[in-house]
Amino acid sequence: MLIFEKSVANRYPKSQMSAEDIDCSDIPNKLLRKTPPKLPEVSELQVIRHYSRLSQKNFSIDTNFYPLGSCTMKYNPRGVHKIASLPGFLNRHPFSHLQQSQGFMQCAFELQNVLAHITGMNKVSLCPLAGAHGEFVGIAMIRAYHQAHGDLQRTEILVPDNAHGTNPASASMCGFKVREIATNPDGDINLDELRAALGSQTAGLMLTNPSTLGIYERNVQQIADLVHSVGGLLYYDGANLNAIIGRVRPGDMGFDVMHLNLHKTFATPHGGGGPGGGPVAANASLAPYLPVPMVSLVDGQYKWLTELDCPNTIGRITTCMGNAGVLLRAYIYILMLGQEGVRRVSEIAVLNANYLMRNLVKIGYTLAYPSRMATHEFIITLSKQYKQFSVNALDFAKRIIDEGVHAPTIYFPLTVPECWLIEPTETESKQELDNFLRLMQEFLHEAATNPERLKEAPLNLPVKRLDEVKAAKDINVVWSGSM
Amino acid sequence: MPFIPHTQAEVAAMLESIGATSCEELFQEIPDALKIKGIDGLGPGLTEMQAWRLMQTLAAQDQSKLNFIGAGCYEHYIPAAVWELATRGEFLTAYTPYQPEASQGTLQVLYEYQSMLAALTAMDVANASLYEGATALSEAILMAIRCTKRASNKRILLPKSVHPFYRQVVKTMTSPQAVELIEVEFDHNGQISKQKLDELAKQEFIALVIPQPNFLGILEDVDFLCDWAHQNGALVIATVNPLAMALLKPPGEWGTNGADFACGEGQSLGVPLASGGPYIGFLCCKREYIRQLPGRIAGVTTDLDGKRGFVLTLQAREQHIRRAKATSNICTNESLLATVNTIYLALMGAKGLKQVAVQCHNNTSYLKEALRTMSKFRLKFDSPFFHELVLEFQKPVAEVLEHLAQQKIQGGFDLSIYYPELGNCVLCCVTETKSKQDLEQFIQALEKC
Repeated sequence: MLIFEKSVANRYPKSQMSAEDIDCSDIPNKLLRKTPPKLPEVSELQVIRHYSRLSQKNFSIDTNFYPLGSCTMKYNPRGVHKIASLPGFLNRHPFSHLQQSQGFMQCAFELQNVLAHITGMNKVSLCPLAGAHGEFVGIAMIRAYHQAHGDLQRTEILVPDNAHGTNPASASMCGFKVREIATNPDGDINLDELRAALGSQTAGLMLTNPSTLGIYERNVQQIADLVHSVGGLLYYDGANLNAIIGRVRPGDMGFDVMHLNLHKTFATPHGGGGPGGGPVAANASLAPYLPVPMVSLVDGQYKWLTELDCPNTIGRITTCMGNAGVLLRAYIYILMLGQEGVRRVSEIAVLNANYLMRNLVKIGYTLAYPSRMATHEFIITLSKQYKQFSVNALDFAKRIIDEGVHAPTIYFPLTVPECWLIEPTETESKQELDNFLRLMQEFLHEAATNPERLKEAPLNLPVKRLDEVKAAKDINVVWSGSM
Repeated sequence: MPFIPHTQAEVAAMLESIGATSCEELFQEIPDALKIKGIDGLGPGLTEMQAWRLMQTLAAQDQSKLNFIGAGCYEHYIPAAVWELATRGEFLTAYTPYQPEASQGTLQVLYEYQSMLAALTAMDVANASLYEGATALSEAILMAIRCTKRASNKRILLPKSVHPFYRQVVKTMTSPQAVELIEVEFDHNGQISKQKLDELAKQEFIALVIPQPNFLGILEDVDFLCDWAHQNGALVIATVNPLAMALLKPPGEWGTNGADFACGEGQSLGVPLASGGPYIGFLCCKREYIRQLPGRIAGVTTDLDGKRGFVLTLQAREQHIRRAKATSNICTNESLLATVNTIYLALMGAKGLKQVAVQCHNNTSYLKEALRTMSKFRLKFDSPFFHELVLEFQKPVAEVLEHLAQQKIQGGFDLSIYYPELGNCVLCCVTETKSKQDLEQFIQALEKC
């Protein structure tokens, strides 16, 4: 039931209301609301029970293995959450006087510095609120850089054909034409096609490394040289940083500007789809264009850097400086990891992925890139099962959620048919991985002997398979009083 | 690393299973020349207790006694149930509901959220949230342009009574698409100048942005403004405080035809100030524009047995399908905060919400009356207001705020920086969290400035 369907006229939670009159006479009548909004009229216990029960209809990291490729669903430490919720941080108004801001600003300043070290970049702005927001910022900085150099003919951004959808969308939102570059059968970028696409119209290239194919782009330095040789710049999509953190830095690979996904690499809770955090890091040539505000340290006091201090900034992109609570969580997480822990993240993330990958092959699954090592994630293709048993990647996904494991990312990248993108993360134990392998072995047997079981899955969840086409056809996105 | 469960024996067994002799071997495709030994500037890892001790010292420095800053981010009482529920691990650590059958909790919450926001704003439809208020306004403007399909003109009337940071964000986010933002001055009442509007009526433009309440805390003449824009062939984008909508006429009921789009910042509905975020943007519109609405949208459908269920819908608008031709690059919504908004609104109901809004207003009126007898500063505008006032001092605001900060009182938002014409002016906010004693203390502190 919806909370609205539990509503009874004139019921309200008396614990949240005083007996005080709720009228005010000094606001002109024509500016006042005449009929109250149709919000639920329920008791506090009804609210508690309704949302507690709804929560139980969710898969989450706290309750399920969640190997969702490209999303880095690692454990979100409760201690970090509690520390970031200290009253001094939680009650602080973002525009508080500097005297009551030094604690938060110190955390932000130190986070800016440590992210610069992690990425091999010069300077960091913590403003962007999510990965795609960071992409927009990075591309806007590239645009500002070319404009400042009088390079107005640079109207094109290149992206690999397997890039995250946000890459072309961000470039397009920033006013650029988008040109896709194909990848080779081994998963690396096709350099001939890249050479042919580069020219005086090239503003830049957006790249993820490891790529969305779950493999390391081996020619990255050559790619950087090629793009730079025609005056273009390189944007690094930090979605896959978990595979290389503490071992290789995008700045050293030749990238000029990048974003980080704090909700992936730095374990901040995904909250059912957000909030995120997408700080942007830039090398010395692009740093002047970073969005404001940022934090600086002057004579022992932390101060805000605004458009007055940074005349070339692309400007503000948020009301306040970033998702402060997400920033604090990332900072505390990094402090807890320390020097050794940061390297250990990528080591075990990659170990877990390779362990799953090799053992899935042993069971009989097909890799999209069999000659390559896995990074923190890898792709299997279920084309063979689809041809043999008419069971597709979606059916396998629905089948595994029936067993309490969240499905990997399906049908992405778009360039690999019937694919699963699998990312176990470093916080999952060998037992959890072995359970996943056991299930996968069973499904393979099931596909051959009882394919219907896969096609009708899920059977064990609050609802059976949902009709997404109907939802888009008979649009109902707001409760109207009846269903 | 504190959160990795592997024993040495397990790592060895896994390597053997892979056919590798060391973890280092797994990174063999990365050129050695690029490999680094470690990250500078990081010490040894901390235990949870060590981290807690360190951060507690830092957080304690930022504790204020009383806060009177608003300026788009508002201090309200948050019932205990709200975050107790929202931080259940099943909400907190889930991801985007890509597998709807395994995400019915989040999806139903988002549907309820959309329904509540549409009800509050009296609009037809809402999306499942955007990042925050300023980016929501930017998206609303880009959406209005897409809905108009008038290639020759991308002019938007953006009044100066809209939050200065929102206007800056709008500029950053829309300038790459050659959107022309035209400022509209406010008059001596602190309201959008009708005289300036008449001067602008000769030009074609796509939309008028109407803030309610406006950044100066003042109520705009929304019926007039909405009709004026429509009569001039333009769309209306409302940017409103959703809490105030329990008391004030909602955008869907403005003028003859109502606003076309309504957006704003949802922080006032159960989200703590939290040093600036995470907050939550909302965006509602008339039904006819739904296919241009950016961001995630939850919708109703049925399962194989005909049972009601919820999915993300109209995904053909979005970046993961449309790529370069998507309505927006946005992927993330602020689901956790949408969950918070939903629980807060369910708990308060229309009645509870209106009481909070009225208490905010009445507490602000109390301060306003007390100020009349004081000589060191005066009320800048005497217009209808919600819960913020502009005070004009006889000396620079920075001195006043510094003096108050020494007593751990946050006195307000310094307007002189962003409105040179409001030199020596500060924007003060009073919400339901302030008692009469708090207000008396503030008034006494102001008198000594």
